[in-house]
Amino acid sequence: MTYIAKPKFHHPGLKKNELGYTHRDYEGKISTLCAGCGHDSITASIIEACYELSIEPHRVAKISGIGCSSKTPDYFLGNSHGFNSVHGRMPSVLTGANLANRDLIYLGVSGDGDSASIGFGQFAHSIRRGVNMTYIVENNGVYGLTKGQFSATADRGSKSKKGVTNTDNAIDLVAIALQLGATFVARSFSGDKDQLVPLIAAAIRHKGSSFIDVISPCIAFNNHAGSTKSFDYVREHNDAVNRLDVLVGRDPIAVDYAPGTVQVVEQHDGSKIALRKIDADYDPHDRLGAQTFLARHAAKGQIVTGLLYVDPDAEDLHAHLNTVETPLNTLEADTLCPGSAVLDKINASLR
Amino acid sequence: MKPTDIAAPDYFHKVVDCQWACPAHTPVPEYIRLIAQGRYSDAYMINWKSNVFPGILGRTCDRPCEPACRRGRVEENPVAICRLKRVAADFKDDIKQRLPRPAARNGKRVALVGGGPASLTVARDLAPLGYHCTVFDADPEAGGMMRTQIPKFRLPNSVIDEETGYILGLGVEFRGGHRIESMKALLAEKYDAIFVGSGAPRGRELDIPGRKEAAGNIHIGIEWLANVSFGHVDKIGKRVIVLGGGNTAMDCCRTARRLGGEKVTVVVRSGFEEMKASPWEKEDAIHEDIPILNYMVPVAFKHVAGKLIGVTFQHVKAEYDAKGRRNLVPSGDPDQTIPCDDVLVAVGQENAFPWIEQDCGIAFDKWHMPKVDPKTFVSTNPKVFFGGDAAFGPKNIIWAVAHGHDAALSIHKMLSGEDITERPLPEVQISSQKMGIHEWSYDNDISIDKRFKVPHRDKVIALKDVKTEVELGYDVKLALGEAHRCLNCDVQTVFSTSLCIECDACADICPMDCITFTDNGEESDLRTRLKAPSPHPDQDLYVSSDLKTGRVMVKDEDVCLHCGLCAERCPTGAWDMQKYFIEMTHAGSTCPTKSRSAA
Repeated sequence: MTYIAKPKFHHPGLKKNELGYTHRDYEGKISTLCAGCGHDSITASIIEACYELSIEPHRVAKISGIGCSSKTPDYFLGNSHGFNSVHGRMPSVLTGANLANRDLIYLGVSGDGDSASIGFGQFAHSIRRGVNMTYIVENNGVYGLTKGQFSATADRGSKSKKGVTNTDNAIDLVAIALQLGATFVARSFSGDKDQLVPLIAAAIRHKGSSFIDVISPCIAFNNHAGSTKSFDYVREHNDAVNRLDVLVGRDPIAVDYAPGTVQVVEQHDGSKIALRKIDADYDPHDRLGAQTFLARHAAKGQIVTGLLYVDPDAEDLHAHLNTVETPLNTLEADTLCPGSAVLDKINASLR
Repeated sequence: MKPTDIAAPDYFHKVVDCQWACPAHTPVPEYIRLIAQGRYSDAYMINWKSNVFPGILGRTCDRPCEPACRRGRVEENPVAICRLKRVAADFKDDIKQRLPRPAARNGKRVALVGGGPASLTVARDLAPLGYHCTVFDADPEAGGMMRTQIPKFRLPNSVIDEETGYILGLGVEFRGGHRIESMKALLAEKYDAIFVGSGAPRGRELDIPGRKEAAGNIHIGIEWLANVSFGHVDKIGKRVIVLGGGNTAMDCCRTARRLGGEKVTVVVRSGFEEMKASPWEKEDAIHEDIPILNYMVPVAFKHVAGKLIGVTFQHVKAEYDAKGRRNLVPSGDPDQTIPCDDVLVAVGQENAFPWIEQDCGIAFDKWHMPKVDPKTFVSTNPKVFFGGDAAFGPKNIIWAVAHGHDAALSIHKMLSGEDITERPLPEVQISSQKMGIHEWSYDNDISIDKRFKVPHRDKVIALKDVKTEVELGYDVKLALGEAHRCLNCDVQTVFSTSLCIECDACADICPMDCITFTDNGEESDLRTRLKAPSPHPDQDLYVSSDLKTGRVMVKDEDVCLHCGLCAERCPTGAWDMQKYFIEMTHAGSTCPTKSRSAA
């Protein structure tokens, strides 16, 4: 880790967003992760996405579990709300917070250990419930904090740093998220910010459960030959189906791509995503097609990245439960506790 | 773009903006670090070797380094490099033991005309090599304009005595009170080489009506300053007008304030902003209650019965023609007469070589300046060299020093039978500063302090005596604070393409967004694709060769803080922080193995 604080000076020509902030204003403390960690690039991508969307930092709640990945919320959005929960319990803490106050933007940050092992059930249920959140898994396929054992997302046949071959099957969190009904599913790579930043921005804009699996090489324990989560391997096997640009607001879209290569997706809030197709036949509105595509390419050893599935008309948990719109902390006591007469009425309706 | 050749000595030298801008190329960050460590004598010696007069320059330098300082592009003000130099001089121990010893004579004799900074630098470089150097000056003591034209309240005699003394102590013969009246006669004395460092000794005249009639109260600035310096003049009228906008004018007006001038006014032809005086000199004058009036052209000296009563000015305004050239045209406002008792004329200086005969083999150009080679400083007479203001007109001390070094090198090469156009390469050392995984042998924690002000003596006391130094200099604590503001630009970010795995860690951590990984292209195109704007095309781009993904690493050197975070966050050591120490090669260096042509 670095001993000095990151200098406060910034480039005098830095652009400012609508709020008058530079991207430096979205930083947190200096990272304590190993030098070169992919997670730091994801941190930088989250910073960039929030800056580009002109998000007010105090409107964000960043919630994480345990692990290298779950430390990262300390390194971005230093002026946001944060909760570092128990191992694997980020999804339930986030669900609870979201139910109590739907006005905040929920950023769940987790890792492959936190979400695919100890918190696998929590992950599954938050997705199937459709919690309005951006769930980012910083996936390095290895337990870095305990010195390099395979995690549940390590591919079968891949080799550990010590040369041991993994004999267990891998959990593909993207496939699970698709199967469980996530309404925004993407995969990206920490070494490709051009792809990752717009994906995070679009996921934040998406109302519903957004899931992004970000392959993030562990420099210390999983960046060797034989690893399938190394910089070299991912770059060689990356099969991007599309690239996207987030177009905020309702401004007319200026597109200079060849006709037929761009698909515009309008989200719930009116924001638009321009998808530049790389794989001409890939349709990101076809959940079943996405699952098949994913499975077919995984069998070939390819890592499919891009926006894999989006349901622009998704609903979230609040809509399912018909909850009150006002955050609970601003409801007055007489609304929260309407008195025994109302209770009697409810009881009577149930008899 | 082609990959940057960091082996070329100029590339990293240019990154050290202050050193690159300094005519003598003093290793600034190195001595500032030594000051921060309390190693004042070591800091002084680095300066002494490079610029010869650290104590004098630490008070009077024109500081080309400071406008160049990278800190000035990062926040409001550059590092107070000049005043830190004074700190080294103020707090050093006795350094006499570190000076070169007078050498055994090599039998060669060099005559130096004028005892100012240029000649003394030549003598400093040549005397330790065994040359018999004889310095001639019309004044009784060495120092030239440093002694005669710079007021004592800016530069006390003790500092001049000390630093000229170090040079004369090297076995240099000084013949004070000896004005050279004839180059022919000097050549006849069969010196092996002659160096002319006689400055630009003539103050420019202002020939307007009334000049002759009121001559008793109209003084030429530099002559008047010299008279004050030698104690020939110790008072002036209560109302004084100073004409001119350069540093001499500032010295004149501030001196006048101390010799009885109660109402001293500076009047300049140009606009205030365009004045030649350094901003800090203008500030100091204004601080001493001296108004500076601009856009006023003197048209006549008013006088009654041979006594000056005032100066009449025409008001002008600036107009720019199609080529952007400025012309001063009458503004139409009525002329204004400012009453006064004395006028000091400081409207420029001129070279004068009445003592160089036409048949000395020294050719002059149409501006009556000697034809001097700008690299070797040789005149058309191969044994006669020029430097300082005598070579290319009025500049300042640090330029004179730089000329002196180059001329000394030429003289030494000529007298060693070498080709003087072959100039030695600078001496360069580059070494990693890595001490541990996240430890560097320099202080990489960037200070966010604003520039510290140099304490001044109370104005009431300062104005009472022309010899009382106004600036008190930094104390140790202030000096430490100011030294910490230095960004250590000589600790270079060195990139090894073969080690890079393109993890983006450096680009992510860089506080100034200096680093971009992108596709290669022409420079003009690349500059538009960087992470942050690139407003200074004179600042180089550091470009790697092709990386594994086919992209290149591009670093805009412009506002790099040299904080080393790129190297700290690099998992493979592709970035390293390496100290780049570059020193100009002076006369007598023992290993001029490589050379570059001066042609």
